[in-house]
Amino acid sequence: MDVASFLQQCGIGITSGGFLGLIAVGYTLVYGTVGLIHFAHGDVVMLGGCLSLAILSFLVPVPVDPLTGCLVVVLAAACSGLFCGCLNICIDQFVYRPLRNAPPLSPLVSTIGVSFVLMNVGLIWIGPTDRAFPEIFLETTRSVGGFSIAMADLLVLVIVVPAVLCLYVLLRQTRFGRSLRSIAAITRVTARSGEAGKLVIATFFLSGFLGGVASVAAGVHATTINYQMGHQMGLYALTAAVLGGIGSVPGAIVGGLIVGLIRAISVAFLGPRWAIASVFLVLIIFLAFRPQGIFGKSKTRGGQR
Amino acid sequence: MRSNWFCPQNPPPFRLAWSVVVCLTIGLNTCGCQKIESNRVCLVSSLPRTGVSRQVSDEVVRGIRLAIDEVKEKAGRFTLEYRDLDNSAAASGRWTSEGEAANARMAVQDPNVMAYIGTLNSGAARVSMPILNYADLLMVSPANTAVGLTKPGLGLPGEPNVYRPSGKLNYIRVVPADDLQGPLAADWAFERGVRRVFVIDDAGVYGRGVASLFADRCREQGMAVLEHVSIDPQAAEFKSFVGSVMSADPDLIYFGGSARTKGGQLARDLVSAESEAILLVSDGCRTKAFLEAAGAASLEGRCFATSAGLSPEQADCNEKLLFLRYRQKYGTCPSNAAIHGYEAARLVIRAIADVGVKDRRAIVESAFASQVDDGVLGQWGIDANGDTTLQEVSVSVVRGGEFVHEEVMSTAGIGKKNGSR
Repeated sequence: MDVASFLQQCGIGITSGGFLGLIAVGYTLVYGTVGLIHFAHGDVVMLGGCLSLAILSFLVPVPVDPLTGCLVVVLAAACSGLFCGCLNICIDQFVYRPLRNAPPLSPLVSTIGVSFVLMNVGLIWIGPTDRAFPEIFLETTRSVGGFSIAMADLLVLVIVVPAVLCLYVLLRQTRFGRSLRSIAAITRVTARSGEAGKLVIATFFLSGFLGGVASVAAGVHATTINYQMGHQMGLYALTAAVLGGIGSVPGAIVGGLIVGLIRAISVAFLGPRWAIASVFLVLIIFLAFRPQGIFGKSKTRGGQR
Repeated sequence: MRSNWFCPQNPPPFRLAWSVVVCLTIGLNTCGCQKIESNRVCLVSSLPRTGVSRQVSDEVVRGIRLAIDEVKEKAGRFTLEYRDLDNSAAASGRWTSEGEAANARMAVQDPNVMAYIGTLNSGAARVSMPILNYADLLMVSPANTAVGLTKPGLGLPGEPNVYRPSGKLNYIRVVPADDLQGPLAADWAFERGVRRVFVIDDAGVYGRGVASLFADRCREQGMAVLEHVSIDPQAAEFKSFVGSVMSADPDLIYFGGSARTKGGQLARDLVSAESEAILLVSDGCRTKAFLEAAGAASLEGRCFATSAGLSPEQADCNEKLLFLRYRQKYGTCPSNAAIHGYEAARLVIRAIADVGVKDRRAIVESAFASQVDDGVLGQWGIDANGDTTLQEVSVSVVRGGEFVHEEVMSTAGIGKKNGSR
């Protein structure tokens, strides 16, 4: 493989890693707040993809110029984000909230159950086959400095980079962000009501919103969606969250980029069958040396993180 | 004493509820065909009724129903009952071993079931074949093409005897196997001047089998097989992989697999990467689902598909009785899958009618001795392995958003062009 091809693969890896990172932030926020691995998160993202497919198919029946295309995609990402955010709140309030004081396995099994229910909703919504995302731009590739860059990949960056910047500002510069970062002090009992309850709702909304935004990026990147996409995407994103250090937002983003890069490079070097195995092999080796992940804090016995 | 469901101290409403459950359980187990009925025979099909393969299964079932309607639900002195069983799970979107095994066991245990039409997927057939073989129940597949299911020495070690634990044959297929489709596809590519091929498969029984046979024949013909790679059919996209395909600079890219195993996504990514190579896909991709996922417009004139047997487009819709009836009932011309479903059901109905008694072994032997002179796709019979004697493969090309018949290939050489038979 020559340098140009390697850089091309890195570009694909960073693009896919970007939206995986956004999804991973969803996992990490929910885990950091209520100590729950929200297994249905990938399927919430899938439903966001279904909505964005409907919106884009309606608004962009034929390819358009880059500016119009970007605006329409940002609009679809916002709508999808709102939808997924609200859906996440509903899931939390109706399914997870009553189980806050239940044994740990009960909410865990519930998240898996919700995942299957949402998958079947997706099956009813878009059917069993892969559904093609509409072509947004008139031109499919653009040459920049000798490299051929797919317009779809540029569009993914247009969605992901501002979303990450907004997330950074939200977490660093607002009261909500500060509360969220000190969430370790909140116990599950207090999280049922009052200020902590509102914070949990806001966390689920933010987690879903980022997932909804990521779903548009995922659809634009893969050019198709299907009702089972949430499963594998969720698996990669959860891996990214663990690799980055579950509970750490920057860790989730960095973990997403690493997973995307490993996936793209292993596909190119080893073949597409070995992508999942390669990602998990790296995860296993890394966690053997640093169990808390890249940005995670090591756990002290009986204490808090 | 602690109360339980069986305790006589239970209050009356509790006992009533329990009695209802017991009665319903017994009732459900004894209804349908479970009781031996002298004048009724059951014919079951086991196909994936959810997921991507549902479209193809629907067409097979339509073909079966049409064949049953044609004989007014009668096979000799017997009244036919047809049961459309599902071997898939909605969550996985594909056939499952559990579903297929349960269907086979149900068919075996029901004394009225005299034939089992299925499966769609060769992998599923591997699950049900031994179960049905023990019971001497006739199994007719309208779609399995993996060579190892019937042909000794061509499949995995031990095939096909592992599927015949009783030592007797009970499995028939009405479509030619991959040892015809794969090599003839390679011959077709060679005739078009292709010299460098990149072979991809979906890592499944069917996809890997047909792709390997294609690659072997390409080597025999002197073509360069640049690489033979299996993809992950669960992957969302193949952008990284397509880069390595492009850098190999093939004249033709062959995919052995189906729309369910991401054939459409792979084609879409190849087109997005501006690949100039011809795309040739196996019959599992010759579906609407593949075209929808890949984007039919982008494949116009450059994507070809092989399919076992003659293509339905070769027959004039107005001349064939089946086509007329099918169009009358369903509003479209029958697809390959519908025709093979129809032929499978006709074979079964004739075997049952000829034997005239509920004897599973006799029905199997009658089916093996069948010689179909008025078949929809020509004259055919069953050979000693249970394979059809049809030796043709059709090649179609994407035009106007659908697959259109292009050419017929046969073991006798390249066939006549443009629909002539």
